[in-house]
Amino acid sequence: MNVLLDNSDIFLNGFVNTVKLFLIAGVLCLILGTILAMMRVSPVPIFRAFGTVYVTVVRNTPLTLVFFFFAFAFPLLEIVGELRDYYFFAAVIALTLYTSAFVCEVVRSGINTVPVGQIEASRALGLTFGQTLSTIVLPQATRSVVPPMVSTMVALLKNTTIAAGFSVAEAGAIRDILSEKGYNVTVGMLWVALFFIILVVPLTLVQRSLEKRWSVAR
Amino acid sequence: MRVRTLAVGLLVGGLALTACGKEGTPGDTGSQPPPQQDVATDVKVADSPTFDRIKGRGKVIIGVKEDQPGLGFKDPTTGKYSGFDIEIANLVAAKLGFKPEQVEYKAVASAGREAAIANGNVDYYVGTYTINAKRKEQISFAGPYFTAGQDLLVRKDNTDITGPETLKGKKVCSVTGSTPIQKVRNDKLTDQIVELQTYSQCVTQLDQKQIDAVTTDDAILKGYAAQESTKFKVVGKTFSQEPYGIGLPKDDKAFKDKVTQILQGALDDGTWQKIYDNTLGKSGSPATKPTLDKS
Repeated sequence: MNVLLDNSDIFLNGFVNTVKLFLIAGVLCLILGTILAMMRVSPVPIFRAFGTVYVTVVRNTPLTLVFFFFAFAFPLLEIVGELRDYYFFAAVIALTLYTSAFVCEVVRSGINTVPVGQIEASRALGLTFGQTLSTIVLPQATRSVVPPMVSTMVALLKNTTIAAGFSVAEAGAIRDILSEKGYNVTVGMLWVALFFIILVVPLTLVQRSLEKRWSVAR
Repeated sequence: MRVRTLAVGLLVGGLALTACGKEGTPGDTGSQPPPQQDVATDVKVADSPTFDRIKGRGKVIIGVKEDQPGLGFKDPTTGKYSGFDIEIANLVAAKLGFKPEQVEYKAVASAGREAAIANGNVDYYVGTYTINAKRKEQISFAGPYFTAGQDLLVRKDNTDITGPETLKGKKVCSVTGSTPIQKVRNDKLTDQIVELQTYSQCVTQLDQKQIDAVTTDDAILKGYAAQESTKFKVVGKTFSQEPYGIGLPKDDKAFKDKVTQILQGALDDGTWQKIYDNTLGKSGSPATKPTLDKS
């Protein structure tokens, strides 16, 4: 208990940063992932090719390497100038790009659950591809992918800890700080694990409520 | 109730595994140091569980750093360890009566040191280990065998960083959560703080002009400066005292006294000076002999 009380500011600061990373990257990767999924099912070959290449490359690259690229290699390109919180932005971008590939595949699996007849019917009604996707396919797809999507988000939440190695002091850095101060790291880690479980609970609740609400439609 | 006990057990076990799994380098046992110290014979340490454990095993396991040039460094091509801390570790092993081939190194990262000593994964630890009160609650220290101080590493052509007070507005890098970076933050030396996983990453960033200075103990910085003396220099104005000790299992007074006695012997007969001259001394700066804490 002492480990927690003596270092409440470290824990608080760490988890605030974790939640910040998670929320920003979470929203961004849901948007980017859906766009990627739309590209992968679009009738335009170049879009489909881009989506496929993106997912293949990014999903197969370890997240640490993605972080490494943005922390060490990207600044050398000198595309962006001096940025105050460069490492935080780099972490958000790395997490977003990486998780988007997974979100894309989850959304695409949802799209596959929509019966072909519906798409044929919408086409017969004269809807364009965009209209079919936005009014017929995606709403149904979203409903069927709630559990895997929440799993992807939980994975994202835990993946934020990798940012600790790249100059973003979030929950993953707590261990290093505690050990340096000479506290018992095992106890500190148990607290970190507990707080992660607490952070995941709201996500689980969202999942349950969405499943309950949307299951009526079937 | 039983399920809960099991779950807690699994959780603790898992954490312990992840904590230890990172540090050890498997298959890392073959590398031996060149014999440099006279091996003592018939060494007896009465009432020391640690010494009995080493004797029973027939070899001594020493926790070291492997990524600190000049202090504790493992040459990736030959697998040989070298540096000041390594030599001190060898000295202690030799005076405890163990031949070089009876010495095994285990690379343990900073964050896992107390656990490695407390769990008995290593018999003692030599690797830029600053003695402080909080750590003494978990382990014991013999020493200090060296006194370092926080300093700054900058690019050779840099003239505007001359000490801690000139850091305002500069980008300063150190290892995640480390004491030096906590000091920079608490003393508000600058608000541009970069924390990376290792010192070598900081040094790379310094070389690439992404940051302006690397801060940590001067001993570590001298190691880097000695490696690439055309690129970097150490500012040379220390602003803290970091006494390095040998980490030992807690409550083994007999073993601690024995190690202290070995260190005192080395300080008195010039061995310590020889070790320094062969390692950190190559950076060109002299060292002051530490005074051992005999309590």
